[in-house]
Amino acid sequence: MGILNSKVPSGPLADKWTKHKNEIDLVNPANKRNIDIIVVGTGLAGGSAAATLAELGYNVKTFCYQDSPRRAHSIAAQGGVNAAKNYQGDGDSVYRLFYDTIKGGDYRSREANVYRLAEVSTNIIDQCVAQGVPFAREYGGLLDNRSFGGVLVSRTFYAKGQTGQQLLLGAYAAMNRQIQRGKIKSYTRHEMLDLVLVDGKARGIIARNLVTGEIERHSAHAVVIASGGYGNLFYLSTYCMGANVMAAWRTHKKGAFFANPCYTQIHPTCIPVSGDHQSKLTLMSESLRNDGRIWVPKKLEDAQAIREGRLKPTELAEEDRDYYLERRYPAFGNLVPRDVASRAAKERCDAGFGVNKTGEAVYLDFDSAIMRYGREKAMTSGMKDPDDKTIRELGEKIVEAKYGNLFQMYEKIVDENPYKTPMKIYPAVHYTMGGLWVDYNLQTTIPGCYAAGEANFSDHGANRLGASALMQGLADGYFVLPYTIGDYLSDDIRTGPIPTDSPEFDAAENDVRERIKKLMSGSGIHTVDYYHKKLGKIMWNKCGMSRNAKELEEAMEEIAALRKDFWENVKVPGTPDSKNQELEKAGRVADFLELGELFAKDALHRNESCGGHFREEYQTEEGEALRDDENFKYVAAWEYAGEPKDAKLHKEDLEYENIKVKTRSYK
Amino acid sequence: MKLYLKIWRQKDAKSKGAMVDYTLDGVEEDMSFLEMLDILNEDLIAKGEEPVEFDHDCREGICGTCSLMINGRPHGPDSLITACQLHMRSFNDGDEIVIEPWRAKAFPVIKDLITDRSAFDRIQQAGGYISVNTSGRPVDANAIPIEKEHADDSFNAATCIGCGACVAACKNASAMLFTSAKVSQFALLPQGQVEAAERVQNMVRQMDLEGFGNCTNTGACEVECPKGISLENIARMNREYLSATLKG
Repeated sequence: MGILNSKVPSGPLADKWTKHKNEIDLVNPANKRNIDIIVVGTGLAGGSAAATLAELGYNVKTFCYQDSPRRAHSIAAQGGVNAAKNYQGDGDSVYRLFYDTIKGGDYRSREANVYRLAEVSTNIIDQCVAQGVPFAREYGGLLDNRSFGGVLVSRTFYAKGQTGQQLLLGAYAAMNRQIQRGKIKSYTRHEMLDLVLVDGKARGIIARNLVTGEIERHSAHAVVIASGGYGNLFYLSTYCMGANVMAAWRTHKKGAFFANPCYTQIHPTCIPVSGDHQSKLTLMSESLRNDGRIWVPKKLEDAQAIREGRLKPTELAEEDRDYYLERRYPAFGNLVPRDVASRAAKERCDAGFGVNKTGEAVYLDFDSAIMRYGREKAMTSGMKDPDDKTIRELGEKIVEAKYGNLFQMYEKIVDENPYKTPMKIYPAVHYTMGGLWVDYNLQTTIPGCYAAGEANFSDHGANRLGASALMQGLADGYFVLPYTIGDYLSDDIRTGPIPTDSPEFDAAENDVRERIKKLMSGSGIHTVDYYHKKLGKIMWNKCGMSRNAKELEEAMEEIAALRKDFWENVKVPGTPDSKNQELEKAGRVADFLELGELFAKDALHRNESCGGHFREEYQTEEGEALRDDENFKYVAAWEYAGEPKDAKLHKEDLEYENIKVKTRSYK
Repeated sequence: MKLYLKIWRQKDAKSKGAMVDYTLDGVEEDMSFLEMLDILNEDLIAKGEEPVEFDHDCREGICGTCSLMINGRPHGPDSLITACQLHMRSFNDGDEIVIEPWRAKAFPVIKDLITDRSAFDRIQQAGGYISVNTSGRPVDANAIPIEKEHADDSFNAATCIGCGACVAACKNASAMLFTSAKVSQFALLPQGQVEAAERVQNMVRQMDLEGFGNCTNTGACEVECPKGISLENIARMNREYLSATLKG
């Protein structure tokens, strides 16, 4: 077991980043023209990094499996982006955002990284507005804010329920400007299949052109992995269908440590599963918890009547409803952090209070918000004694203006009108806090290989707060990586172009070809989806919202067996030298089948509950997570050593010099 | 329910394609349209046939990847949604459903139902941005107040997901709605004024180079747009273009 060096600069917390920027080496503009950088993934982190690096003068190549960089799944982020602007004058500050993020992450993230994130958060908003991102505004023309879970201020900037889309289109536009200048070469419908190391440094990738099936070699002086998270491991999730861990996992197998794989975010407000045919789950933004109240019936017999269709939720009297979040967590109410809200929903449903056919759903009710807004509107419009119907109509209009697209999305999927009857929601896999281990410079344990955005592990600890993913992706890409990567590349100014005809590239390409051949030579009994669904079931049932040692051990064995079966019996039709979506899926599922085992191993070794990782053996009498700071206040970074079960543990101890480590309470 | 599907199959860009008939049983109302295709594909693979390839990714109507012509309408019979949001409850037992790729010269077929829409990327590269440095230190965000009405209109134009339904719906395969949405987003904001004339000219030039057809104001694009992008944007772009040309 080794000790990891996080390379956090010395000095007071608030000065670290400025000091670091002043001290690290730079590459002069003329030399940047001779340096190539590969960026894998074009979401918020990859897109913003690529644009900024190109603008600084580096030659950038971007890779994405989608047909356009603009389609990366950052586009689906709904609610907003946090920034410590304190435009609302409600007492927000860089320190408070830093504090909320550390506490929200259940004291399992690195202080210096989180402080830097909070510090640059304000630049993000300035930057995006300058780029023409149309954020929501108030009538006075200034930017509007709303509130998200786990905080007591309004610091979230938004563009209706399409914030991720607007921010990504901003980064994509910045990329387009550099593509037009010839500084970025964008490879779309391309997938990274392996990382190439020369003399221990990351020097390129092997990629597959997904249209022609061609295997290509691309070299560079540094490689940035910004390929997102690995939640599709669970098969059903709010991730896009193509989301995968391949780039990160290949990098891990080449020597990069993988940190905290078991930290997964299960988002409390998603549309419940409707049947076995389901391919994907849809999120209903956390912003809805600003106005929606979550409840289940108080009495078991009412819950049963609702499940059987004998009773409608709107018929249930106020005193027969259990607003369980408001009851359990009066200080934060419906805006507790995601892990807390998810577990509370599961607890109620497991106790028999679920409200849909499968018993796995709770209500998210907008009725009181509609009436409250309606009364306010009637008052400001000077109406005297309006009746309930008028108030309701006025209120519905206001709720529509705030959340219209989400309500429409819900209605299209569920075929129920959420203005008239409460939404049904249930937790679903949404984000992964774990990822490639990186130091303060966002460099992995492989020199020259960096990881940004959701692909790295760095800022969210064991639980991410709402509207912080967009913040982190853009912070990494626009404001952190472009500085820190120069420190490494300053040694490469005399290296010259990296050749792709070296034995290292030969070997990597050969491995990739062998792997594809093997994938296509299974006995052909089951489809790729068959294995993916099976893996998803194991993950959800045994490594999901609550975990225990026995089931985690079982999961490790079951996943290993499933992986063996997969390689022997999977059926991949078609040929490798053409467009072949089944082959693409097969490669991705093969990696999930390895990561899943490491995930369970990580969850098994962490004998405590923290954030999204809830071990049934470690909880308080009230059922809250019970951390063990004495033994587990560290980042678990795993080194690849053959089979996932043999991975070697390295620890990075987390030191809190500026925050007092406390039991997280939202009561 | 049982469905009779007619699906465009085409091996690759160079091969000739054809409609192929499939019968699919056991489809449920709660399934999404793409989940129906998933089931068809599982059946085809089991039978040793090649599955139908189609573009899709987020399956929640925001990435703009899915691009199916369903019974002659982009994204199918329902309005204001993408094909991935369409559910089978919009169909009846025994229905015949015709599924084709986008049909436009500027969107060549790659395989089966997948087309190449990179022309849209190139239009954006020609000027769909504001030239500010990302690593710089711009002014404070609230130093540029923007009238709420303009900000909202700009946002509405910016919600375009770049799916290409507008082109597929148009008898001329024109990309005016797409291009004008991007032009409008910036034209409505003070930040976009500096480069406004250059932007509209460059983007329109690229649009024409890509082989998209002309606009004859039939409005089919607006009807089929899953995000409800308004024809007003085309009028605004024409105005911008005219004034840019007159300025020289």
